[in-house]
Amino acid sequence: MGQVNTKVTLCGIEMDNPIIPASGTFGYGYEFAELYDINCLGSFSFKGTTKDPRFGNPTPRIAECQSGMINAVGLQNPGVEKVISEELPKLAKCFDKPVMANVSGFAIEDYAYTCEKLDKEPQVGWLEVNVSCPNVHGGGMSFGTQPEAAAEVTRAVKAVTTKPVIIKLSPNVTDIVSIAKACEEAGADGISLINTLLGMRIDLRTKKPVIANKMGGFSGAAIFPVAVRMVYQVAHAVSIPVVGMGGVTTAEDVIELMLAGATAVEVGAANLVNPFASRDIVNDLPRVMEKYGIQNLTDIIGQA
Amino acid sequence: MKQEIFEIKSNVALTATVYKMVLVGDTSAITGPGQFVNILLEGFYLRRPISVNDCVEDELTIIYKAVGKGTEAMARMTAGQTLDVLTGLGNGYDLSLAGDKPLLIGGGVGVPPLYMLARQLREEGKDVFVILGFNTKDEVFCEEDFKALGCEVTVTTVDGSYGVKGFVTNALPENYTYFYTCGPEPMLKAVYKATATSGQFSFEERMGCGFGACMGCSCKTVTGNKRICKEGPVLVKEDILWDK
Repeated sequence: MGQVNTKVTLCGIEMDNPIIPASGTFGYGYEFAELYDINCLGSFSFKGTTKDPRFGNPTPRIAECQSGMINAVGLQNPGVEKVISEELPKLAKCFDKPVMANVSGFAIEDYAYTCEKLDKEPQVGWLEVNVSCPNVHGGGMSFGTQPEAAAEVTRAVKAVTTKPVIIKLSPNVTDIVSIAKACEEAGADGISLINTLLGMRIDLRTKKPVIANKMGGFSGAAIFPVAVRMVYQVAHAVSIPVVGMGGVTTAEDVIELMLAGATAVEVGAANLVNPFASRDIVNDLPRVMEKYGIQNLTDIIGQA
Repeated sequence: MKQEIFEIKSNVALTATVYKMVLVGDTSAITGPGQFVNILLEGFYLRRPISVNDCVEDELTIIYKAVGKGTEAMARMTAGQTLDVLTGLGNGYDLSLAGDKPLLIGGGVGVPPLYMLARQLREEGKDVFVILGFNTKDEVFCEEDFKALGCEVTVTTVDGSYGVKGFVTNALPENYTYFYTCGPEPMLKAVYKATATSGQFSFEERMGCGFGACMGCSCKTVTGNKRICKEGPVLVKEDILWDK
């Protein structure tokens, strides 16, 4: 077998490999660039950005689980103006590929405002619109739990942007397929999923919730089978590309999500346990492809 | 920061629940006292952040309390076993502000990081005054270690079973040039109010990654939002907002 081909094309942009560190687990990239050359990655999705600066939720924000963790950070970020003036120039020094700009909001106009600004940034390749954050009240996930609301956000963002718009969906819904289809019909260029599953832990010593916000987003290896199932369901129902994520830890997981229908794959919580996780997956991918007789990664998308 | 494999040289109990582990490996990322390491344990998803008690050449010493399943598993580990450790995490104590007579105040498992600080301050020829606070006599550890460095040591116990009865703030000396402290938050608040000089506080928070990526341990300060794991765990007195 000759040299394997890890290249994929996501919404018209070619990537060296499908590996994308997920938003909220990779900062704005430069923290990880101190550890390794992050240009080995396909891309990465930067920290969820909102119109205004946000401190986020009170601490504790983190709880450990069996093969996973719960977070309730609550979209801490410096706001879109500072992201553009301070974070993106730092990012540009250590990453020379198109980056995925992750955007959240509390009103349709917020999403449009933030996306319009980031759309003009040359290094932004895709806009990943998060309608699925479980950790903020009165926003985020509420847009992602109703097909019509998700479609409305999609239309508003598409109206003011030129770059591919990928809508990031929540798994905390009854029928994810209907929401994905509504986004596609509203003009979305891609769908990414799954965001975290709403979870909770209680401390036996204090007899109170571990997390100050009580509930948070459950992520990590434990949620991988849920991700495979939902990526499979959505990829078979829409004709736009799907970015798969949820508990990805190994190159084998990447192949599995692509077989389920993902064009590219995000790596989330694994980066927090092993800061080299995304790089290790990129390095291991050719070996695993050879092991399973895969010449071109593109060929296996949705093969299951 | 570095990710390294360390071999356990020894792991012994200091009290019923507090253990001292000596690890051997590449410690080059550890630049000073007050930093911490983040330890991966088999069967547990997140790493355990533990403060550095001392670091000399290739030996890293940590002192930890077995409070949950993870640290209880650590307590059962034996010499020769290996651990995956992220080293050199966080922003430690700044020795340059100590003056001639620095005061070190530790409470419970907040005591260990002050040892490396005391050692380095003594090496600089400072008169180091140390107050170690515990609940009861059975919980006292490290007293002799500080004495061996030539520090003047006062131990307080809440129940009066050993040393001065009461809290660390009941044992503050008359004259000191600066202070460094680490301990539970109620103690830190009391120290903040009772001290006459500026000083540095080491904070604890539940962490996701321990190296600044997840924003799990953020706090508000006078000079903006900070991450306990990255800009902290040590914050200067003037920077602290208790209503974090």
